[in-house]
Amino acid sequence: MFPKEHSLRFAQLGGMRGDPFGMKVLRPAGPAEAVRLYSQNPEALPLAGGTDLMVAWNSGRLNSRTMLDLSRLKEWRGIEATQDGVRIGPLATHCEIESHPAILKRLPLLAEACSSVGAVQIRHRGTIGGNIANASPAGDSFPALAVYEAFVHTVSQEGRRSLPILELFAGVKKTALKPGELIERIDVRFPAEPPDRQVLRKVGSRQAQTLSKTVGAGLLWLGRGGVVLELRFAFGSVAPTVKRLKAVEAAVNGRKLTAELIERACALLAEDISPIDDIRSTRQYRMVVSRNILRAFLAGA
Amino acid sequence: MKIIFKVNLQERTYDGDPFKRLLDVLREDFGLTGTKEGCGEGECGACTILLDGQPVNSCLIPVCQAEGRGVETVESLGLPEKLSSLQKAFLEEGGAQCGLCTPGMLLSAAAHLRSGGRTDERSIRQAIGGNLCRCTGYQHIVKSIRKAAKKPRRTKSGVCISVKQMLKRDRKQILKECSQKSTRCASRSSAV
Ligand SMILES: Cc1cc2nc3c(=O)[nH]c(=O)nc-3n(C[C@H](O)[C@H](O)[C@H](O)COP(=O)(O)OP(=O)(O)OC[C@H]3O[C@@H](n4cnc5c(N)ncnc54)[C@H](O)[C@@H]3O)c2cc1C
Ligand code: FES
Ligand code: FES
Repeated sequence: MFPKEHSLRFAQLGGMRGDPFGMKVLRPAGPAEAVRLYSQNPEALPLAGGTDLMVAWNSGRLNSRTMLDLSRLKEWRGIEATQDGVRIGPLATHCEIESHPAILKRLPLLAEACSSVGAVQIRHRGTIGGNIANASPAGDSFPALAVYEAFVHTVSQEGRRSLPILELFAGVKKTALKPGELIERIDVRFPAEPPDRQVLRKVGSRQAQTLSKTVGAGLLWLGRGGVVLELRFAFGSVAPTVKRLKAVEAAVNGRKLTAELIERACALLAEDISPIDDIRSTRQYRMVVSRNILRAFLAGA
Repeated sequence: MKIIFKVNLQERTYDGDPFKRLLDVLREDFGLTGTKEGCGEGECGACTILLDGQPVNSCLIPVCQAEGRGVETVESLGLPEKLSSLQKAFLEEGGAQCGLCTPGMLLSAAAHLRSGGRTDERSIRQAIGGNLCRCTGYQHIVKSIRKAAKKPRRTKSGVCISVKQMLKRDRKQILKECSQKSTRCASRSSAV
């Protein structure tokens, strides 16, 4: 209906929107072809559900003129449940993960984290691979993946790698992925024993479509007399990357959860996370709310 | 690049830049202007369409990703002279004011009800959580959707049918008519 120059003009007027004219889209039909095309076109941007990439594209913030569309790779879709865990394809959507029976039953924090992403329209498109590769400090699936100690499997022309989720993140929007390297699978093992307590808390400005001010995931196994066998706790949005609470975990593991110990653990939180002031919240708010989430969890409130 | 996919049950061919947004292809190339643009960044839901039956934001989809798939736009819900029960409820309950959010609201609601989603207020609010409305304050929208969901329905033979069945029937019939009068249907704006 509109002349072709319409969208061109758009781009010239202050670079409003990405201009589709002359964009190259590589559309591999299988993983091997995807890896080959990516190594031949290292400037290409992998595209999964597009819920991060297209936002950047629409606002004219992407300068790559080549896209590597992964959406046709059937092999990278779906979730496979085995005896001891799940193998999640990078193209599995948040909707698929939040409703998968084995994940709901054995990895409920991951299901809950994915169900808190965006709104239903975003969850039908947004993928776990895209969430991870985008490496936003506010990626909502990360704290759950961190306490379940997920592994990210990658593939490139050079070969395959398997990285613990925490080692995949290198900073704000930065990953350890090398040029030409793609995420091909995410493996999450079921905990050997079901935890005695678990929590997922996302705090944002509203229910739907909100990025986290802080998001925490916790698993706790208790032994006789209230002694902590193991605590695993992680926070997102309160540091450049998701953080496991090393100092807090070390302080409580093997000890009885008394009121004093809980207060000591909460005081140690400042060693583990480093929230900042930004458009979504303040350093102080994030610190106080995160501490309250941790305290309530340890106190069993 | 040629990209073939179904729009409102009809096979359509798009020939052009593969990275054009599906939203723009629907509006500019196919003349289906019922789908609106609000924010262009996935926040507002005005551009909601159904892709293989699931609500998604068409402003975030390059047309090449629609290849081989089925798209439904608001035009498939009803014709001006033959509105679906959901559209009627929006009219009766004041669920639409300026109308910008309405196509997206209708599709989110239709997808929710068709899939057998719960019809309590909370579930409906969740289903339309990705659709912003600047006019109604949502109250009337929720009321409209609940009304459409609740209305006891009788077929000609007097049998009560469920909302899910009802919407499926509405949809089948309208889509049939839509494809018969395809040119007319395509040149219309939102049927709301
Ligand atoms: C309105 C709105 C609300 C949102 N709300 C939330 C929220 O609440 N919580 C949250 O965490 N996120 C949120 N997001 C962000 C986004 O939806 C998620 O991060 C989503 O999981 C991204 O997945 P995708 O498939 O859409 O990624 P894409 O946009 O396709 O890609 C994202 C990045 O990952 C790279 N990539 C994708 N797949 C691979 C792969 N297999 N290997 C290597 N690199 C890859 C891409 O090159 C790109 O850099 C929101 C986005 C929008 C628009
Ligand atoms: S225009 Fe697509 S979500 Fe607002
Ligand atoms: S009716 Fe105007 S935005 Fe909803």
